[in-house]
Amino acid sequence: MLKIEGVHTFYGQIEALKGVDLHIGKGEIVTLIGANGAGKSTLLMTVFGNPKCRKGRIVYEGQDITGVPAHEIVRLGIAQSPEGRRIFPRMTVYENLQMGALPTDGSTFEADIREVFDLFPRLEERRNQRGGTLSGGEQQMLAIGRAMMSKPRLLLLDEPSLGLAPLVVRQIFEIIKKINEKGVTVFLVEQNAFHALKLAHRGYVMVNGSITLTGTGRELLANPEIRAAYLEGGH
Amino acid sequence: MAYFIQQLINGLTLGAIYGLIAIGYTMVYGIIGMINFAHGEIYMIGAFISVITFLVLQAAGIGFVPLILVVMLIASMLFTAVYGWSVERVAYRPLRRAPRLAALISAIGMSIALQNYVQLTQGARVKALAPIISGGVTLFEQDGFAVRLSFLQIFIIILTMALMAGFSYLIDRTPLGRQQRACEQDRTMASLVGVNVDRTISTTFVMGAALAAVAGMMVTLYYGVVDFFIGFLAGVKAFTAAVLGGIGSLPGAMLGGLLIGLIEAFWSAYFSIEYKDVAAFSILVLVLIFRPTGLLGKPEIEKV
Repeated sequence: MLKIEGVHTFYGQIEALKGVDLHIGKGEIVTLIGANGAGKSTLLMTVFGNPKCRKGRIVYEGQDITGVPAHEIVRLGIAQSPEGRRIFPRMTVYENLQMGALPTDGSTFEADIREVFDLFPRLEERRNQRGGTLSGGEQQMLAIGRAMMSKPRLLLLDEPSLGLAPLVVRQIFEIIKKINEKGVTVFLVEQNAFHALKLAHRGYVMVNGSITLTGTGRELLANPEIRAAYLEGGH
Repeated sequence: MAYFIQQLINGLTLGAIYGLIAIGYTMVYGIIGMINFAHGEIYMIGAFISVITFLVLQAAGIGFVPLILVVMLIASMLFTAVYGWSVERVAYRPLRRAPRLAALISAIGMSIALQNYVQLTQGARVKALAPIISGGVTLFEQDGFAVRLSFLQIFIIILTMALMAGFSYLIDRTPLGRQQRACEQDRTMASLVGVNVDRTISTTFVMGAALAAVAGMMVTLYYGVVDFFIGFLAGVKAFTAAVLGGIGSLPGAMLGGLLIGLIEAFWSAYFSIEYKDVAAFSILVLVLIFRPTGLLGKPEIEKV
């Protein structure tokens, strides 16, 4: 569904991605784990062409989307819940969701928002509250809900568990599973390797802008290197 | 008391005009974080286009006042909007990723260029216009002083109120306004959900220019004279109004405009007319020192 081929991305002179190859199949949950600063978020933003990759290609459903402007990407069926959630702080929950529905023609808006409210009943309670006043967990729900409003076929999630209480993390991961079961392909970037690998069909490990390991979620979870680097000691 | 009320009316009229210009400053600041110093010139161009439109209509023998006003309004909004769009395209968009100082210098350059362009094409002499809307009503008389409310003042205040109401509705309730607010709050995220950021910024310039054009037309009608230099002072005053109200805030710009108009009118009436600009700009200094976010401005808060 999404193929990333030899992608190099630079921030000025600094090479943040050094030839990344990975692919995501239709219906999968694929996770990308790695330490802070490995280039995981950069990869997600590169899919949206911001920053643009300097070398390599990004192919989505057989179409080369390298160089397609960010605002067109979401219209192809790829939505992102980005790093830091980036809720529109001075818009209400409802308006944030309306923004998410921008790429649709609006004819199914009521049904779509119903679906999001069913996934996150909390958002319905808070529908008229401003995004900036929500708790971290609620903001994360809103970020995912907003992405779902565009009816994506591929959902990119950047660290949905960051800074959340363990109970909320578990909730969010359950919802990601539910979303996947509705037929949405999920690409999940995480530092919380344990939860991510347990949920994902396949995983990739990124170190310093390169993919170093790949395998099924279970394989990676059992890999002693991974256990030492990402799982044991607090995670 | 009668004198006071008369000044109140004059101040509100003036304030309405400043408010319309101030909206352009505040919207552009909100969306791209820079002061469009060419905005005063856009207003001046709006005034010129309304004069030209009037002369064309007159030459064509059209004398029906409501028709003249409507055509003037539409023509000046339309043509001035094209100027607003072009200014953004030529002077700011290429500098979108450049340091802010570069865009600021570009703005000042644009302002000088537009002034000289109008001076060259229209001449440096003041253009005078015969009054189109004349007459008015005497509200009451006290101690031999009659409080007058001219039809022109009614026209200006009502048109401004209608435009501001329509505009607030557009920003608060329509998808277009929502996209503009999204760009204002987080441009990157706006592009991720599918907002065409460049186009939204262009739209903002177009809308600001159209409102400035209305202000330009009103000034033409109110004072009956225009020249190529009126944009400077009006621009700086409207900028003051935007800062006073809280730059980036739409209701702030309207409130700031009204306050600056009132301050000027009362200062001219009770102190000295020569120093009315000093009064307005002292407000700018005081606001910047004591309340840099303005009356309705929001302090920057970000939740991590």
